[in-house]
Amino acid sequence: MSAPTLGAVWRASLRRELTLIWRSPADIVQPLFFFVVVVSLFPLALSPKPALLALVAPGAVWVAALLAVMLSLDGLFRRDQESGALDLLLTAPVVSVVPVAAKLLAHWLLTGLPLALIAPLLGYMLQLPVAVLDTLMVSVLLGTPTLTVVGAIGAALTVGLNRGGILLAVLVLPLYVPVLVFGAGVVRTALDGLPTGGLLAVLGAILALAVSLGPVAVALGLRISAGD
Amino acid sequence: MWKTIKRWYHQLGSPRYFYRFCEAVLPWLVPVSLALLAVGLIWGLVYAPVERYQGDSYRIIYIHVPASSGALMGYIAMGVAGLVALVWRMKMAEVMLKALAPFGAALAAVSLLTGALWGKPTWGTYWQWDARMTSMLILLFLYLGIMALQNAIRDPRQAARAAALLAVVGVINVVIVKYSVEWLNTLHQGATLKVVGESSIDASMKWPLLISMAGLWLLYAANVLIRARTEVLSRERRSGWVRRLVRDEEA
Amino acid sequence: MDAPRLTVRQLGCERDHRMLFENLDFSARNGEIWQVTGANGAGKTTLLRILVGLHGFYQGRVEWSSPLPPSLLYLGHQPGVREELTARENLEYNRALSGQTGDPDAALAALDLYGFEDVPAGRLSAGQQRRIALARLWLDGKDVWILDEPFTAIDQQGVAALDQRLRQAAAQGVLVIYTSHHRVGDGVHRLHLGEDREVAP
Repeated sequence: MSAPTLGAVWRASLRRELTLIWRSPADIVQPLFFFVVVVSLFPLALSPKPALLALVAPGAVWVAALLAVMLSLDGLFRRDQESGALDLLLTAPVVSVVPVAAKLLAHWLLTGLPLALIAPLLGYMLQLPVAVLDTLMVSVLLGTPTLTVVGAIGAALTVGLNRGGILLAVLVLPLYVPVLVFGAGVVRTALDGLPTGGLLAVLGAILALAVSLGPVAVALGLRISAGD
Repeated sequence: MWKTIKRWYHQLGSPRYFYRFCEAVLPWLVPVSLALLAVGLIWGLVYAPVERYQGDSYRIIYIHVPASSGALMGYIAMGVAGLVALVWRMKMAEVMLKALAPFGAALAAVSLLTGALWGKPTWGTYWQWDARMTSMLILLFLYLGIMALQNAIRDPRQAARAAALLAVVGVINVVIVKYSVEWLNTLHQGATLKVVGESSIDASMKWPLLISMAGLWLLYAANVLIRARTEVLSRERRSGWVRRLVRDEEA
Repeated sequence: MDAPRLTVRQLGCERDHRMLFENLDFSARNGEIWQVTGANGAGKTTLLRILVGLHGFYQGRVEWSSPLPPSLLYLGHQPGVREELTARENLEYNRALSGQTGDPDAALAALDLYGFEDVPAGRLSAGQQRRIALARLWLDGKDVWILDEPFTAIDQQGVAALDQRLRQAAAQGVLVIYTSHHRVGDGVHRLHLGEDREVAP
């Protein structure tokens, strides 16, 4: 009888998702806090020597960011599933990809993006030369949306399961490997003074693939978890 | 010819026909695969000539290469089964998804183990993070992930569909992982065995390898059929043909 | 008599290796009210989820005369209300998502939530949260209502208001299918799961 326009659903969904996250400040602060704490562990565990830290820094920052994103995704769909809102999303007359994509975008804007913005600071703390800090930020900026989308596929498949968090990690970490390799790799390449354009393009290509196909997979995963 | 293929496809898609297919094929598939594997391994491990640079230690490739290729093929097969299960909701595809995983995971583990054993005399260390070993490790994790997911979901059909999605995503990932890790570095021997065209491996070493590979892949297939057959019986336990089967067995 | 909106043929569903229900046959038309009853665990929720397309593993056929999604208003077991959002925000989002029209404040007022529109749902009682979910029934634009236990957790006043609303909707051509022990009027069609025969009114 009445079906809404895609634009109206997109706007309403984005507004709702941003509002929801904004009203649970812990959801924004905790990943950042985790990021800082984990990065701080590396000099304590390895060595505070500047030369060594700088070598380890790209990987350390990247691993910490990756884990922060993954942990933040664990509850992405849980509250909607428990409250019954997920069923409403799946029975709505609009393709589920639209509200799902809005949810992912909102999550990245308030989780992945802040991580990318403070990554240079943490890189500096790990003795990365100032010259490569912008490459570090760009790599995390390009990588976190992919991490968000791919992690959301895992979150969609494990929503409502016991010990979903551990299972999510088991499923998702192998899928994160390419982004991690190229993301940390581009920063190391910059450290060596070599051109980074090619690797950034690869990160961009992976991002394009994830953003175009990922939300469809996430919506399908939600449908499967609901029993379809 | 298309008609035959179509008929074959429809029939294999039926659990009942599949069961009869297994009953017909398994009695010879198992001994043949074991025989091929035995021939290939004995030939390779004992009789094939000594390699110029690596001496006798290279012989482990007669296990390592079949295991590696088998593990990879198994995962790709899971990806295909996953696609069919998702798009066409075919029951047999869901069954295959469950049946392919365990042996494939075991092959990945064997590949890593034999790779490590090969590495010690060759590189001086049991473990190196080169492209092939790392990719195989990731593949093992992907296998374990699919098995863990299927285990965690109670309803078997829902578990199969979830695994199907994960398998399809995983196959795309396997391709990208391969390139990412290759870019990292590689110590591995370049691909010396091509299915079509010139291989840079000597004929006297090639044949035992191909026979071992054929034997192992057929053994994998047999294992898959056995597991699938059990799964089919479990799923269809309430249908007439299964009940008759059980009744006839008990008689 | 116009063609049935919903035709269900030989519907069966399995769970945990036993049949929840099987060989279900019925046809429902616009303007009818259907009450689905049965013991706990008899499969009422599953039946509704099959009808709305959330549950995909079943035998038999479920046929809608016209595509369901644009016409569907589904109320699941849980209220579908987020605690962080206010009553009005919850309702506005649901309205936007489903394409309904109508005034959220008026709907909330009809359910005795006047004055609570700007209160976060988390600070309201369970009964009030239920009523936020029910407020969707006071918006316009859907003519197939599938409701899972709509009468739970609301007080007598709420039950009366809902009862009246359902009858009003049916009179205007809405097909209502709901599960509950509460019977809405005398013209209700009953579907009992457990002994799977329909008892005509």
